[in-house]
Amino acid sequence: MYRYPDSRGKYGEFGGKYVPETLMAALSELEESYLKIKNDPEFREEFEELLKNYVGRPTPLQFAKGFSEYLGNGIKVYLKREDLNHTGAHKINNALGQALLAKRMGKKRIIAETGAGQHGVATATACAFLGLECVVYMGEEDVRRQALNVFRMELLGARVEVVKSGSRTLKDAVNEAIRDWVTNVRTTHYIIGSVVGPHPYPMIVRDFQSVIGEETKHQILEAEGRYPDMIVACVGGGSNAMGIFYPFVEDEDVELVGVEAGGYGLDTDKHAATLCKGRVGVFHGAKSYLLQNEDGQVTPTHSVSAGLDYPGVGPEHSLLKEIGRAKYDAVTDDEALEAFQILSRTEGIIPALESSHAVAWVIKNRENLKGKLIIVNLSGRGDKDVAQVKEILEEKKELRLW
Amino acid sequence: MERIRRTFEELERKGEKPLIVYATACDPNCEKSLDVFKLILEFADMVEVGMPFSDPLADGPTIQKAHERALSSGANTCRVLELVSKLRSFTEKPIVLMGYYNPIFVYGEERFIRDAKSAGADGFIVPDLPPEEGMDFSRKVKSLKLSPVFLAAPTSTDDRLELIGEATGEFIYYVSVTGITGEREELAYAEIERDIERVKKVTGKRTVVGFGISKPEHIKQMYNSPDGFVVGSAVVKRIESWNLPELKELLSSLKAATKS
Repeated sequence: MYRYPDSRGKYGEFGGKYVPETLMAALSELEESYLKIKNDPEFREEFEELLKNYVGRPTPLQFAKGFSEYLGNGIKVYLKREDLNHTGAHKINNALGQALLAKRMGKKRIIAETGAGQHGVATATACAFLGLECVVYMGEEDVRRQALNVFRMELLGARVEVVKSGSRTLKDAVNEAIRDWVTNVRTTHYIIGSVVGPHPYPMIVRDFQSVIGEETKHQILEAEGRYPDMIVACVGGGSNAMGIFYPFVEDEDVELVGVEAGGYGLDTDKHAATLCKGRVGVFHGAKSYLLQNEDGQVTPTHSVSAGLDYPGVGPEHSLLKEIGRAKYDAVTDDEALEAFQILSRTEGIIPALESSHAVAWVIKNRENLKGKLIIVNLSGRGDKDVAQVKEILEEKKELRLW
Repeated sequence: MERIRRTFEELERKGEKPLIVYATACDPNCEKSLDVFKLILEFADMVEVGMPFSDPLADGPTIQKAHERALSSGANTCRVLELVSKLRSFTEKPIVLMGYYNPIFVYGEERFIRDAKSAGADGFIVPDLPPEEGMDFSRKVKSLKLSPVFLAAPTSTDDRLELIGEATGEFIYYVSVTGITGEREELAYAEIERDIERVKKVTGKRTVVGFGISKPEHIKQMYNSPDGFVVGSAVVKRIESWNLPELKELLSSLKAATKS
């Protein structure tokens, strides 16, 4: 029986609550409120109604005929189309769930961090919809990479705080959001965007994202009459992967594969492959794998995809790695960019650069996947990345497929 | 532990309270930092030596920058401990190491506590290690006769204070504001004093106050309840601007305020 987290918020040795004392009472309050509403029929009904009519769930599980043919080798790929959600990614599932929770808790001010901007946009959207004040922290480097998402958030009535400390990316946005939360904890709820942070966050985010895997279970049974051989999802902090993995964790015949950002390659220091190359540490409130130097300083990461550019990873992924239930691998920037183009051409779907990592893993490993039934979690759409990819492909023409 | 208790008791006899001064180790580099701490020790009754970390999430901009300066000058745990042992060679005042948990975890808790003790440290403050995660660490520190220092905050319930009181050693560090480190113009003196009385009543431990204290007036306005006063960002700012005469003046006025 797989029952995590335990009563102390641990996933085996991972997880926990490593935060300043000021936040401890708020974490308990959050846990209590969450456990109360989790099985409250009224809350479930409200949430499910919104997922249906506002977000557009259930999202399709689409047989990717063109892409499967491209792969050959008898491989059959289905795509879980989270890109078709309102706001274009799976992030809205959690943002909306937590915003509803915050409202129940009487918190009127919401803060969030964002890397690629997807979680920021999702949170700004949920707040606009529910009438909550919203502040989004975003690293200066990401603001530059994802200018359009900044404008989107502002359009939705959120304030975007540009973070200029540290590496000016996602990890620093989290630092700044935590600092805000420590300061305004009495009035504010912090909507963390991934299965990271102190307990109960990894559990709450996983639960809200599990709708992905629950739907997938029904849909694949309907389409194929059996569970898949393998599920592949990209992993930055790991929320879309956890969302699709979790309902399958006890179905041991289903292989779970998490794909991290290999950046320039795992033999360089320019990647964000935490589970592949990191060591256990304590960061952003939890014990988990971490990219760090021998002295315990968190090291800078790199990925072409802002949403994966993070040195930590959710504690439950560390557990799944440790017990061998999931395996984790990485693909490079270039492999992801190739997959971005291939899926566009074979399926007419432009995937997010994050999701392109999962697609790329299947392409890269197709020789070893003969005859497999595979589900790829297509966690988001690539519209936000088109300008960046254009720039890259104009510079590195050899990566272009035309 | 002994040095800390002795310091509290001796000052109590003289009708004073300890001035506890924080600075980040190796800011702006390890050599100059030694001079800074020497200057600080002319006035402070106890020092907090900050261990630089890449992601100091309980700290405001002033101390964040100090961590960045220290790290870019090549600071690491070994060099911080070296600094402590240099300080110990000329002072008998208590030295408390203040650092985020990850570098300690990576160094190895037991090895870290042992090496810190041989360097001459007397206690540890780990702001992201609440009692729930820190009981083991607390036991290990106490078993070597050193003092773990746990934090209490305005949001700490009485239940939590009991846990904190159990985990902590010689004293508790009360965080005066819900927020991060940094100077404040004004503090909520009455509330802070009331809260510190609550902390002391529930835990039976000495309780010092920190976060936001930057001038003598702050100390004078809430002199009665706390058992000591921690000053950090105001000091670090003078290190950043490298204005040592001004730092000296500040320290001297702060120390005077703890003698009322």
